Amino acid sequence: MSRLSDLLAARTRPVVTAEFPSIDGGGLAAVEKAADEMRPYVDAVNATDNPAAHAHASNTSIAIAMMQFGLEPIMQVVCRDKNRIAMQADIMGASLFGVENVACLTGDDVTAGDEPEARRVFDLDSTQLIKVASGLAEGHYLSGRAIKEPPALFVGAVENPFAPPLDYRVLRARKKAEAGARFLQLQIGYYPDRLEHFVRGCVETGVTDTTALLPTVVLTKTARALSFMDESVPGISIPADTIRRVADAGDKEAIAEASYQLTLELSRHALSLPGVSGIHLTDFRHDGSLERLVRDLGIGPAFDPVATAAGTTAG
Amino acid sequence: MPKLLPLLEHAVKKPVWDCRMCGQCVLHSTGMTCPMTCPKTLRNGPCGGVREDGHCEVKPEMRCVWVKAEERSHSPVNPHHWEEEFHDLRPPVDNRLQGTSSWVNLVTKRDRRTPAGWAGESHERFSAVPGASMVEVDEPTTLPAGFHA
Ligand code: SF4
Repeated sequence: MSRLSDLLAARTRPVVTAEFPSIDGGGLAAVEKAADEMRPYVDAVNATDNPAAHAHASNTSIAIAMMQFGLEPIMQVVCRDKNRIAMQADIMGASLFGVENVACLTGDDVTAGDEPEARRVFDLDSTQLIKVASGLAEGHYLSGRAIKEPPALFVGAVENPFAPPLDYRVLRARKKAEAGARFLQLQIGYYPDRLEHFVRGCVETGVTDTTALLPTVVLTKTARALSFMDESVPGISIPADTIRRVADAGDKEAIAEASYQLTLELSRHALSLPGVSGIHLTDFRHDGSLERLVRDLGIGPAFDPVATAAGTTAG
Repeated sequence: MPKLLPLLEHAVKKPVWDCRMCGQCVLHSTGMTCPMTCPKTLRNGPCGGVREDGHCEVKPEMRCVWVKAEERSHSPVNPHHWEEEFHDLRPPVDNRLQGTSSWVNLVTKRDRRTPAGWAGESHERFSAVPGASMVEVDEPTTLPAGFHA
C-alpha cells in the first residue's frame, strides 16, 4: 500500500500533505524544481486536476512525473471535465506507473475558470466516483467487468466543513467514508469553531474510525490574498476581522509576518483537535515559509521519530 | 399512451419542481428538491462551493439546491422514511433514461437498474453473466461486454 496509507494507519505522527503548483510548460525540469523544494518537508503531494477550472498539465502526467522525482503523489480526479469512462481510465492508467493515492472531487464549476464557455460534464458526482474508484481496487470496473490484477488504490476525497449547510457536512463526510474514502482533505477555512464542530462530529459518528482528516491551511503574504480568497474562491469565506487583523499589521513585512502567524495559529489549532491526522498545505508564498511552518510545528518527514532513529530524515 | 406519458409527466413536474426528465426520479429522497436543477447535477449532496449565504457557487442568485433539499428533508409533511432516505447513496445517472417517464420506469423498476459493478459484482470479460444490467439486447449501447460494434 502507499506510503501515505501506511503513515496514516500507523498514527505515529501528524502527516503533511501539500498542493503541487500548476505546471504549464518548462518540461520535466519544471516538475523537478518544484519537487526538490517540497520533498524534504512533505509526505505526499496533490497532483491537481485543472484547479479552479483552468487547464494545466494533466493530473495523470504530473502524478507520474512526481514519482520520477521521489514525491509521493495524491492524484486528484475531478468530475467536471470527464465522464465515467475517462475517469476510470485515468485512474487505471496512472496506477500502471504506481500512482496509488486518488482524491475524488466534484470540481469547481467551469464558470470559475478562464473558459467559462466550456461544457460541464459531471457524469458522476464525487461520492459516486469514490465508490467507482474503490471498485477498481476491488477488481472491477463500474460495468462489472473484472480486472484480473486490480491496482492497489488508496482512495480519498475532500470535504468543506466551512460551507452551508454546516450541520450536514458531517453526514456528507460519513457518506463519503461509507462509499470508500479513507482520507478527507478539508477545504481551506478560517473559522476554527466550524472546524472543531466538524471534527467532533466526525469522531462521534465514526468517520474517523475509517477515514483520516487532513485540514488545509494556506500560506499567504498579503491581506489582498485573503480578500481575494474570500471574494473569489468558491466555498471560502474569511471573517472580516481576520482580514483586518492582517491588513492592520503595519508595513509590507509586518503584514507578511502577520499572515504567517495566522497560518501557524490555524495549523496549531487544527492539529490540536482529536481526530485530525495531519495537515494539508497550500503555499502561495514560495519564500521558504513552507519549511518554516513544518519546522515551527515540528511535523512531517523531517521530524519523524521513527525515521530519525534510523537516521533517514532529511534533517 | 406510453408516448404521452413523458409529456404528461413533464407538464406536471416541470412547473412545480423544474423537472429535467432524468427518468429516474429521486425527489422523495431529496426533500422534494430536484437535484438535476443543481448546475453540477449532483445527486449525493452539495459541493464545497456553496456560498456563505447558502446560495449556489455557479448561480449566485439561486439558493443552493442541496441547502434547500436538506432543509426540506426534515419537513414534517413528508413520510418519515423519506428523511432517512435522504442519506442514501444514489447511483450514477443512467443517461439512456433522459427524456423518458420516471413513472413508467418506476413501475417497470427500470429506474433501479444499475451497472453490476455498482453493487460490487464482477464478471469475466467474455462470459455472458445473466445480470440484469447486461442483458438488454434491444439497446445497442448495452451490447455484451467485449462486443465491438
Ligand atoms: S452550490 Fe449547490 S446548487 Fe450550486 S453547484 Fe454546488 S451543490 Fe449544486
